[in-house]
Amino acid sequence: MSSSDHAHHHAPGPGEPTLAHHFDTQDQQNQAVRLGMWLFLGTEVLLFAGLFLGYTVYRNFYHEAFHEASRHLSLFLGTTNTIVLITSSLTVALALWAVQQGKNKLAAALLVFTILCAFGFLGIKSLEYAEKFREGALPGKWYHFSEITAPGANLYYTIYFLMTGLHAFHVIVGMCVLIWVLKGVVKGRFSPKNDVAVELGALYWHLVDLVWIFLFPLLYLI
Amino acid sequence: MSQPVNSAEPAEPARATVNYLNHDRGVWSWLTTIDHKRIGIMYLVSVLLAFLIGGIFAMAVRIELLTPDPTIMGANTYNRMFTLHGVVMIFLFMIPAIPGVFGNFMLPLMLGAKDVAFPKLNLLSIYLYWTGAILAVSGMIMGGADTGWTFYAPYSTSTPETLFPVLLGVFILGFSSIVTGLNFIVTIHTLRAPGMGWMRLPLFVWGIYATSIIQVLATPVIGLTVGLFDATRGGDPVLFQHMFWFYSHPAVYIMVLPSMAVVSEAIAAFSRKNIFGYKMIAYSSLGIAFVGFFAWGHHMFVSGQSTFENGAFAVISMFVGVFTAIKVFNWVGTLYRGSIVVSTPLIYICGFLFFIVFGGMTGIAVATVSLDVHWHDTYFVVAHFHFIMVGAVIMAFLIALHYWFPKMFGRMYHEGWGMVAAGFIVLGFNATFIPQFLLGNAGMPRRYYMYPERFQALNVASTAGASLLAIGFVIILIYLTFALVRGKRAVDNPWDSRGYEWLSASPPPKHNFAEQPIITQDAHSYQNPGEEVEHVVI
Repeated sequence: MSSSDHAHHHAPGPGEPTLAHHFDTQDQQNQAVRLGMWLFLGTEVLLFAGLFLGYTVYRNFYHEAFHEASRHLSLFLGTTNTIVLITSSLTVALALWAVQQGKNKLAAALLVFTILCAFGFLGIKSLEYAEKFREGALPGKWYHFSEITAPGANLYYTIYFLMTGLHAFHVIVGMCVLIWVLKGVVKGRFSPKNDVAVELGALYWHLVDLVWIFLFPLLYLI
Repeated sequence: MSQPVNSAEPAEPARATVNYLNHDRGVWSWLTTIDHKRIGIMYLVSVLLAFLIGGIFAMAVRIELLTPDPTIMGANTYNRMFTLHGVVMIFLFMIPAIPGVFGNFMLPLMLGAKDVAFPKLNLLSIYLYWTGAILAVSGMIMGGADTGWTFYAPYSTSTPETLFPVLLGVFILGFSSIVTGLNFIVTIHTLRAPGMGWMRLPLFVWGIYATSIIQVLATPVIGLTVGLFDATRGGDPVLFQHMFWFYSHPAVYIMVLPSMAVVSEAIAAFSRKNIFGYKMIAYSSLGIAFVGFFAWGHHMFVSGQSTFENGAFAVISMFVGVFTAIKVFNWVGTLYRGSIVVSTPLIYICGFLFFIVFGGMTGIAVATVSLDVHWHDTYFVVAHFHFIMVGAVIMAFLIALHYWFPKMFGRMYHEGWGMVAAGFIVLGFNATFIPQFLLGNAGMPRRYYMYPERFQALNVASTAGASLLAIGFVIILIYLTFALVRGKRAVDNPWDSRGYEWLSASPPPKHNFAEQPIITQDAHSYQNPGEEVEHVVI
């Protein structure tokens, strides 16, 4: 073990990874952070799982209302947002590839594009929200939308706002993560030798994308 | 060993070594620490405070039930008291108690690691705990939550009291629990000392591993589903029960598995014998964690489930009994023909074995659908889960507190007073909860404020028992506080235990070990009693 002891006091140069005091080797640290991230993504999926269960049960109870309420969402805006998010998932994956190739400038450009996509997604989403606020198609006791006669539409909009709201919150967190990654890429902290943080940031963004891929058909296409 | 061994000198030896407690001083150095040991100590202080608060509310409930009529409080206050008692004890004490305190402190030491995998996340977990605790407790006191800790709809969606801060608090506490569990899983996977394969993990680590899996998989699900259960808007209260118990039943094992883990660890040390059936104890922890996910419906036998569902959940629930019985068999097998050291932890171990068997057997009884219809929502159920949650969990917490006290603080507690307190607690516990089985079987419902006069004698007995319990805890508080300041200096390994955590100094230095330990033998190896620990090169 003495061979690794020197690593603890060795200050990393630009583009080299930092080894935390309690790890012996870089490999051990990478293995730990990767496992940690995958577990965290698992908990994120489960966080949404409760809402998916609620959706399943209530759609079964109030089939008519869910179907009708779904028609009141803008299919055009929803589809556009889906394309925006999937594109951003591609560019963040390409950004990781660029970092691994040592092309930090290209990676920075791809990350900036990804972050712009995230802004675009939130912009389009807020247009949709504004429309729902205007109509009064709101969750819980704030609901006063009159166009749907079947019982249970209230629950559809409660679930709609809970799920898309939670997802939008993840988009915002994901943007912060990507901005942090972008900073490291621009400063040259990330390099082919030090790409794990970029990989994990990209993974988180893929999760945000993946959740939406399930939300879109369940909310818009029924 | 490169650590200086504090030999058992009669006089106070000057503490030359710098350890995790004194290398840095001041409140700020604690609040910003990323040392797993200091975070464990902060958890210890926090959960003890929570236990005190929850205990006071429990006593208030017991005193109120001394007489059939109102005794010291009104009906609404009574509802708030049992709600406060339940929420504080479950979310603030029992779920974080053993993982937060002893998991944090011992896990890296047992693995031969310098810290947990994510030390900063670990610090975050205690801040989340504090935030959630303050929100939940202040929310309950100011908002007057009166739903019981289960927050059942439709009452919780129609009560005039404000529940939002309490639910937000519990939600944040959930994150604290998830973060701790995630951290432990990664630590166990990646930071084991050289030579420590999975079958050489100390059994405490196995128990914590199984617990962490539940924390990570069950806790997120209940997350953000508030607002879906309002029956006046078409919400389904039974769906709430399903989702609540999908988390809260596995949560029972978040509380119980660490207790079993503590016992597996301490029972080998105090019978001076290799643990009997190591693999079966390890696997049965995973078994409990697994079937624990599919047993939630046994809380809902009278909530309109189909007969088939009831039967299925009943059978699955009984599997928990099978895995628990495997453990009990192995623990007793470990004691059998061991060189038993009679000491405070051993008394609690014996108490634990009795309570887990009694609580487990009554668990099988209430998992039987036809019997549960009679006992549902009566004091029988209250007595059953207190046998597990107080009988097993508190006993294990006390075992851990006494067994690891010298490790954590480098001091010894007074053995005589320890035994006296253990006597009060084991007897007081029986006196508190055995009458409750009888009350429940006679038909007294839980959470009722007044009762017919024929139930009074047993209620008085139960309150008297609770007072004995309280006296026991006060004695413990006094002698442990005294031991902390004036107790005899402990040697590095006062129990001559073969647990890996005892291989560093007591209390340990900041980074745990002077050099990386290398493991060359199995855990809990007492093959040659009396010999110095030699199987680990330090």
